[in-house]
Amino acid sequence: MKRTKAYGLMAEFDSVNSLVDAANRTREAGYKRIDAYSPFPVEGLAEAIGFHHDEVPLVVLIGGLIGGLSGYLMQYWISVVSYPVNVGGKPYHSWPAFIVPTFELTILFAGIFAVFGMLALNGLPMPYHPVFNVPRFAFATKDRFFLIVFSSDPKYNPVEVRRLLESFGPRSISEVPD
Amino acid sequence: MDEPIETRAPVIEPGYTLGSVTDKISSIVLTRPTSNAWFVGFGLMFLLTMMLLFAMGYLFVKGVGIWGVTIPIGWGFAIVNFVWWIGIGHAGTLISAILLLLRQSWRNSINRFAEAMTLFAVACAGIFPAIHVGRPWVAYWLFPYPNTMNVWPQFRSPLVWDVFAVSTYATISALFWFIGLIPDLATLRDRSEERWKKIIYGMLAMGWRGSARHWHRYETAYLLLAGLATPLVLSVHTVVSFDFAVGIVPGWHTTIFPPYFVAGAIYSGFAMVLMLAIPIRKIYKLEDFITERHLQNSAKVMLATGLIVAYGYGIEAFMGWYSGNRYDAFLLWNRLHGPYSFFYYMLLICNLGIPQVLWISKLRSSPVWLFLVSLVVLVGMWLERFIIVVVSLHRDFLTSSWGMYYPTRWDWMTYIGTIGMFLAAMFLFVRILPMISIFEMRTLLPEAEVKE
Amino acid sequence: MKMEEQPEKPRREDVCPSKKGALDLDAARDRLAEAQGPEYWRSLEELAGSPDFQEMLHREFPKGASEWLDSVSRRGFLKLMGASLAMAGMSACTKQPLEPIVPYVKQPEEVVPGRPMFFATAFTLGGYASPVLVESHLYRPTKIEGNDQHPASLGGTDIFSQASILGMYDPDRSQTVTYLGEIRSWGSLVEALRAPLNIQKGLQGAGIRILTPTVSSPTLADQLQSFLKANPQAKWHVYEPVNRDNVLEGAKLAFGQPVETRYDLSKADVILSLDADFLYAGFPGFTRYARDFAKRRNPDAGEMSRLYVAESTPSSTGAKADHRLPVRAVEIESFVRALDMMLGDDTDRSMVRAEQQKFLDAVLADLKSHRGSSAVIAGDHQPGVVHAFVHRINQTLGNLGKTVFYTDPVDANPINQAESLKDLVADMRGGKVDILIILGGNPAYDAPADFGFADALKNTSIPLRVHLGLYQNETAELCQWHVNQAHYLEAWGDGRAYDGTVSIVQPLIAPLYEGKSACELVSMLSGQADTGGHEIVQAYWKKQHPGADFDEFWRKSLHDGWIEGTTFAAKQVANKNASFPATSRADDKAIEINFRRDPSIYDGQFSNNGWLQELPKPMNKLTWDNPVLMGPAMAERMGIKTEDLVELELNGKKVTAPVWIQVGHPDNSVTVFLGYGRRRAGRVGTGAGFDIYVLRTSATPWFTSGVVIRKVGGTYKLASTQGYQTMETPTGARPLVRTASIEEYRKEPDFAREEEPPKELTLYKPYPYAAGPYAWGMTVDMSACVGCNNCVVACQSENNIAVVGKEQTVLGRHMHWIRIDSYYQGDRDNPKAYFQPVPCQQCENAPCEVVCPVGATVHSSEGLNDMVYNRCVGTRYCSDNCPYKVRRFNFLLFQDWETSQFKMMRNPDVTVRSRGVMEKCTYCVQRINEHRIDAEREDRKIRDGELQTACQQSCPANAIVFGNINDPESKVSKLKAQGRNYGLLADLNTRPRTTYLADIRNPNPELEAEHS
Repeated sequence: MKRTKAYGLMAEFDSVNSLVDAANRTREAGYKRIDAYSPFPVEGLAEAIGFHHDEVPLVVLIGGLIGGLSGYLMQYWISVVSYPVNVGGKPYHSWPAFIVPTFELTILFAGIFAVFGMLALNGLPMPYHPVFNVPRFAFATKDRFFLIVFSSDPKYNPVEVRRLLESFGPRSISEVPD
Repeated sequence: MDEPIETRAPVIEPGYTLGSVTDKISSIVLTRPTSNAWFVGFGLMFLLTMMLLFAMGYLFVKGVGIWGVTIPIGWGFAIVNFVWWIGIGHAGTLISAILLLLRQSWRNSINRFAEAMTLFAVACAGIFPAIHVGRPWVAYWLFPYPNTMNVWPQFRSPLVWDVFAVSTYATISALFWFIGLIPDLATLRDRSEERWKKIIYGMLAMGWRGSARHWHRYETAYLLLAGLATPLVLSVHTVVSFDFAVGIVPGWHTTIFPPYFVAGAIYSGFAMVLMLAIPIRKIYKLEDFITERHLQNSAKVMLATGLIVAYGYGIEAFMGWYSGNRYDAFLLWNRLHGPYSFFYYMLLICNLGIPQVLWISKLRSSPVWLFLVSLVVLVGMWLERFIIVVVSLHRDFLTSSWGMYYPTRWDWMTYIGTIGMFLAAMFLFVRILPMISIFEMRTLLPEAEVKE
Repeated sequence: MKMEEQPEKPRREDVCPSKKGALDLDAARDRLAEAQGPEYWRSLEELAGSPDFQEMLHREFPKGASEWLDSVSRRGFLKLMGASLAMAGMSACTKQPLEPIVPYVKQPEEVVPGRPMFFATAFTLGGYASPVLVESHLYRPTKIEGNDQHPASLGGTDIFSQASILGMYDPDRSQTVTYLGEIRSWGSLVEALRAPLNIQKGLQGAGIRILTPTVSSPTLADQLQSFLKANPQAKWHVYEPVNRDNVLEGAKLAFGQPVETRYDLSKADVILSLDADFLYAGFPGFTRYARDFAKRRNPDAGEMSRLYVAESTPSSTGAKADHRLPVRAVEIESFVRALDMMLGDDTDRSMVRAEQQKFLDAVLADLKSHRGSSAVIAGDHQPGVVHAFVHRINQTLGNLGKTVFYTDPVDANPINQAESLKDLVADMRGGKVDILIILGGNPAYDAPADFGFADALKNTSIPLRVHLGLYQNETAELCQWHVNQAHYLEAWGDGRAYDGTVSIVQPLIAPLYEGKSACELVSMLSGQADTGGHEIVQAYWKKQHPGADFDEFWRKSLHDGWIEGTTFAAKQVANKNASFPATSRADDKAIEINFRRDPSIYDGQFSNNGWLQELPKPMNKLTWDNPVLMGPAMAERMGIKTEDLVELELNGKKVTAPVWIQVGHPDNSVTVFLGYGRRRAGRVGTGAGFDIYVLRTSATPWFTSGVVIRKVGGTYKLASTQGYQTMETPTGARPLVRTASIEEYRKEPDFAREEEPPKELTLYKPYPYAAGPYAWGMTVDMSACVGCNNCVVACQSENNIAVVGKEQTVLGRHMHWIRIDSYYQGDRDNPKAYFQPVPCQQCENAPCEVVCPVGATVHSSEGLNDMVYNRCVGTRYCSDNCPYKVRRFNFLLFQDWETSQFKMMRNPDVTVRSRGVMEKCTYCVQRINEHRIDAEREDRKIRDGELQTACQQSCPANAIVFGNINDPESKVSKLKAQGRNYGLLADLNTRPRTTYLADIRNPNPELEAEHS
């Protein structure tokens, strides 16, 4: 399918250092909507592309609270309100016994929230993404490093961006079709 | 610090690049032809799994009476095996979570299959509580599901705690394992030649593309998960130990159980890790990734936890004498001189005696020795659970109600069946998924360093 | 469904579907023709062809059976046939006998579905009737209880009468008249007998022989006598393997006439038992004796009596003894001779072993100082001489008329049974017998080996042999004709209790299989083939009680369960002989062998009764077998261990059996129980144990010397239900049974209470049980408990408890809700023994409840530890955590859900448990609720004592007391307040509701001194 407007310009680097360096300079050049791809988590790369706050911890906290509270309240309701019965002379509200399931449920919910929260925030699963159209991008999961400036960036101008990227001495530059 | 730093083996042998690491590991799954040995091994394990299904089928038809359990020994092999497998299932999460928090980068090359092992072990463990009940078809009553009768689980019972602990542990381990896999699945997706592989791995990878933003959230989530899994892994065997510690049976009713069970779990867990790692690194030529260093460290962990377990035995014996309680005192006597004393001495030899050879550094890095010691430890830990469950029960308070326990062939078929199932799953795992975390190995390479 | 079909006064026609297609029948015959089922099916096979069966099918074939006839396999079909036969019974069972029978409390018209009625009747064993009440649900007898108005019962029962309910519903009972194994009808038997009997008329019945077990039934006796009058040459022989010939001989020796000896143990301060097991079922008067004995063993009420026992086999009587002397049976005679002489201030006691003299002296002294308030009892298996001596000793002690009484014999035909059978066999071999009528019993199996009765029956050509019996047993096999006997719960009759009191046996249900009673058979012989049992019995009593008020008399007798004024009056008898001949004395070296009736299956007649087979024998808790009991010292000498197989050889005959080392068994002597090794008992009894009758001869029916014991190698698994019989462990003794002598108890009344934690000792606020109207509790008095096993069978019957079989018992999976732990203490050759009945302790802090994940066992507001079978998933955690191990688990499908007879037998108020669920004692919660409903209807609280648990109800010793501990006036509260009341394992702070009264003994200080 033929489109006039590209999705962005992507530069490919050999080493992690050149990628981090390029990312920093691109950001300093005033580009906001950029992204970097690496085969492994890179220290400081997120900062380099201007990504600072991430909401995963908050999500996990919420999950933990939900799990813990619902866990304890469920046990309280069941043993004291819904069906109180004398079990071995123990009080209906045997709180020490209730702690164990409460703890486990806290962990369970927090864990589930962590995983699915992270995926959701990352917008995964996402089977199709324009960057996959670049053949060499397959190496992003092996030993190559990529930097992209999205065409949606207000400052985006194919010519200037290309010039900027070339100044980093990349291995290649390719336009990402949309 | 038992030896100077420079003589230490590296976590990964020098000379590897991002590319070569990636190719070496992914090729095992993608290009390496499946050997006949694999088929034979898997076939055998599959047969054992079928034997397990047969034994379970007969059990459902006839009832638990086909096992050796009786009054007073209401719990037999089923619970022994359950505790044994759960224990083994501890190493994986421990390695991935606790060692991660402790920044032990050597974990990177063993955590993947350790986690897989955990999953399969927990799956084996999970079978037993479900089938050992008299009416398995209503075992689900242990879960608090809304029902018209308005009857619920009884939350004071350790068995209900087990339900929550084990199911939580299984879920968290699975999630932990899976998100660890995502970037590597993406790698496989991009490396594999055949279209169908691309599609399958592609779906599993969920469109992972290694964006810096993703990596950032990914690492936070992974770290938090590790933080959650750490207390979880400690809690699970604590809860399992409550099954006994909460009871009043002499030999069960003791406060030392939680720490001593957890230590024992890690002990047997690492034994199992070694028993798997040693043949795997040999067969798949991974000595460069799973190096002497890993063997050394695992052995040290075993040594340490083994000593904690020893302390547990010591305290039990001491309390038997010191408490002055006539029933505890008899328990000790019965372990030492009773009809099952042979197994108690075997247990001491397996768990306390033989493993002490690990003090010798040379043996710690000898795969053969480690393999054998690990085998012994696994046997020993099984015996420990047997002593705790059966020997405590068979002679409790009223002499009139003392009895003996004789496992039947159905007990054995079920137990061996689960071992088959466990190994069959491992066979499949090493064929279809990267058994070493590729992206985490990459981070260990010099070229992954970011120079400021 | 039964309920709608249940009219006020049902008759056959009402109940049974009368229209049925003949199609089923043809199908039936076809299928049956090809059927080659096991033994007990064959009868069915032939049954299918017989006219009676057609008729029955027409009447009784279950609705809708035709639908599945076409499709079912042979096996399935046979199953169905079994079912239909049983259903014949099932529909039959819902009808009252056609004659009016009188209910114990209510008029039959008032029958309310779900409300049981009680009828008085009597169970007869060895000629002695035990008066019982039978609980009946819609005319289905379900439970036997004691008749608390009857002097011989006072509410107690014994294991055999308790278990007889299972006997009646036994699917293996013979179900038809047979000729040479083929189905015949009663009518055809009458036909077959008519001609021969007429011929005999001419010969004055010279060729007629009638063999019966001991008969105490006045009616039957009268019938037989008049038959003999009509046929003067005919003979009536009596034989039972467990007979009282020795007692008879003793009486003849002493008084020259047969007498019955009766004791009043409530007045006896000192009791000496010479091999008499009078505290166990089977001893005439046991129920009453146990009650009287227990009354005098209560340390808190009056003087305690003292019991000395010299016995040749450890028995529950010996266990209760204050002083026990293990002595070979043969030595009893010299012991009693010495005792007799020394009472007449002779001092020579050389004939008594040195180690026995101390005991002898003590006994002598005690007896002398208790003239008139002592009792000496001799065992049935001791020779006549011993009995004669005992008669004289009691006389010398002036006990006659005080603690010992003589009456006319209960046995209507008191003859030497061994002699009698001997004569019969002689006649049989001599070809003098043309018609042999065997009225019950199983002589082909249990006759003395030297008579060769079975052989005579098989190989002499007696033209007409008729056997009446409950089972197609070994004897039936050798008779052309077999008549299926009606169980006592199905037939009219009467019988005398040990004190002579007559009870009318009234049927609870019309015969399941149209069986005939002995009375009916005899009246057929005398020409009235179709007079029913009711007419016969009533006719007899009309003669005894003429007059207008007969109906009232009859009604009252049936209602009360006994006939006024039939109790034998004590009679004066004078001792004739000065000295008695010594029976030949066996040498000390030779090993003695004792033959004893089995504590559980008696002489073998109960061997197809699962409850009794699985009933732990009192002293060693063995089930399903009869090993050779041997003392530990002797076993050591011979290098024999428990379960080793040995060969017993006695005058040429050999039997191989396993050994059980029985502590306290006299040395150089072994004991074997009779009644096992049956060939044709039924699916339960056949093949269990070893047949010892082959070693038993008429000359020495109870014990003899000279048995040779050889170890043959190999072992044999024995099923004992108790793990260990000692409280001693390598790390100290456990205070499970707490015991003291009466002196110690007086000194320190609270001795049993140590280790009890104070009630305040808890973190939790205790549950407010005191707030409710009831809090149930139980006390078990171990001083009173005689270990008679009654509670176990009563509980099994009341609570539909399954029988699991020997293999499962070996594994430890027996299901009894209450067990009697028996512990030995001290000297292994003569230990003290204690009985401790253990039901669920109903702990207030129940460890089992806390660990149940699904709340299947929880506490009621009245303090019951309830089991919710429907909720149980079967984790068995509760059992693991139960320190008393009273919980029982259905490891497999132990209950029989198929057999229709058992469906009819079960208590409809108690759930029938299935596979995979835990079960345990519920304090008979169904009874509690029944009484609560009554009480609430009458707007009152349940009165103390009106509510009894099954175990309590059946206990002849009143050892178990149950009641409301919230009521300080209740009996149980008072008992719990006593010093000797303690909780088992109370130091675990389980707060058991079942508590124990410590076992207080009353030893003779002199002997005690020597002990310590």
